[in-house]
Amino acid sequence: MKLVTGIIQPHRLDDVKSALEAAGVRGMTVSEASGYGRQKGHTEVYRGAEYTVDLVPKIRIEVLVDDEDANAVTDVIVKAAQTGKIGDGKVWTASVEDVARVRTGERGEQAL
Amino acid sequence: MDALNTGNTAWMLTSASLVLLMTPGLAFFYGGMVRSKSVLNIMMMSFGAMGVVGIIYVLWGYSMSFGSDIAGIFGNPADFFGLKGMDDNANALFSFEDSGVPAYVWVAFQATFAIITVALISGSIPERVKFGSWMVFVAAWVTFVYFPMAHMVWGGGLLTKGPSTPLDFAGGTVVHINAGVAGLILALIIGKRKGFGKEPMRPHNLPFVMLGAALLWFGWFGFNAGSAGAANDQAGLAWITTTVATAAAMVGWLATEKIRDGHATSLGAASGIVAGLVAITPAAGFVSPVGSIFIGLIAGVVCALAVGLKYKLGYDDSLDVVGVHLVGGLWGTLSVGFFATADDLWEGSKAGLFYGGGLTQLATQAIIAIAAIAFSAVVTAIIGYIIKATMGWRVSEEVEVGGIDLAVHGESAYENISSGRIVSEVK
Repeated sequence: MKLVTGIIQPHRLDDVKSALEAAGVRGMTVSEASGYGRQKGHTEVYRGAEYTVDLVPKIRIEVLVDDEDANAVTDVIVKAAQTGKIGDGKVWTASVEDVARVRTGERGEQAL
Repeated sequence: MDALNTGNTAWMLTSASLVLLMTPGLAFFYGGMVRSKSVLNIMMMSFGAMGVVGIIYVLWGYSMSFGSDIAGIFGNPADFFGLKGMDDNANALFSFEDSGVPAYVWVAFQATFAIITVALISGSIPERVKFGSWMVFVAAWVTFVYFPMAHMVWGGGLLTKGPSTPLDFAGGTVVHINAGVAGLILALIIGKRKGFGKEPMRPHNLPFVMLGAALLWFGWFGFNAGSAGAANDQAGLAWITTTVATAAAMVGWLATEKIRDGHATSLGAASGIVAGLVAITPAAGFVSPVGSIFIGLIAGVVCALAVGLKYKLGYDDSLDVVGVHLVGGLWGTLSVGFFATADDLWEGSKAGLFYGGGLTQLATQAIIAIAAIAFSAVVTAIIGYIIKATMGWRVSEEVEVGGIDLAVHGESAYENISSGRIVSEVK
């Protein structure tokens, strides 16, 4: 099993969600995140005082999938989240040892 | 003395209520500009001023402002202590312009001015001051600075005796210069917030700031139009000049920001509103609507530039009491010397420079401004240093960093995730 995690631009969330649903993904976790990569934040001005804001708002989207689906899900997220501008985000995949469904107690692939 | 005038009385009661609303409005204006860990504390500084001054004003405040003159500095506190004798036939009606308003109503109106003036000062020292020290300062400052200043300018005291009668319609000197100077002196005595100039100290809730500015603008109609003392043409003029100057100041501030920083900001709009309200306060009933456009526009530009001074000079006037109230109040007070439309707007006053009155009124306005700065600075410094030496002003560094709301008030304004459990519902 794999955990695919995508950090994306907030305004791409709807498109990514729709694309994942269309690709047959049945569940996902979405959370607000903040951070920066190569784009390095932005500046804000309050009464003439300038502040550098390093951490810009992002969305973290997490999907648990079978090993064989991980590649395809990554592609779907990348395609749907891409704007071509700096700050589009990253997607990575990590191995997951075990999963349990809380309602039934099922384990492993049964619980996906 | 005229008989009771119910129309004027109704307007003055309304005005008093409007001005009272300004202080909670100020609490929101200031509350949005501090960091989220300090929002309750700064709001409590305004509400605390309402508590202390509300009591003191009826005990000796009114009497010290408008009682019989002592040395030209303050009124006799014994004259109307606890408002005694105010319902006697001789004192029952306030005699200002024969408006037929009960003296009680005039007391109510004036009390609200004292409350907001002290509350204004809190903007220069938020996020670092012991609440008890602030409450003691409120009582001392209103007694030894505000009431004497009100007496000197409005109560027939020393400052009414310049080359001509000084014009301060609704408190440019008594309220804004006075509070602005006190804010500067306290910021210098108390010192900077930990991390000032190094850590970001962004406003945590700009919608609060906008809400506060809106409430201030609304309440300011009582402040300025109510200062006519009656429901009359001067009140109408003051309403218009208050609105027009404020609109112009907002535009002036936003234009300054757009040119200097590239963005017209919401904080700039809210700040420009307050700068315009401050600047038109001393002039509201004395200038033409077109004159008020210039007063406002210049106030917006000048105050927008002045708020940067604290970074250049290195004092932490956190929410710009100096940049907005002192600078705006000074400009407003001087502007009367340029824009006052005629002689004898108050008996013995002269027309402004642009209306053929020469330099006399401008000189008078400058004299009261300088005298007010000197008086407020010296007495505020004495009070400030006494509190520093006795109770101390500052909370510990640990409290300041960890959050003054939680440490001082036992509360926090926001929670991100529900945690903890009920210990007991009711004690």
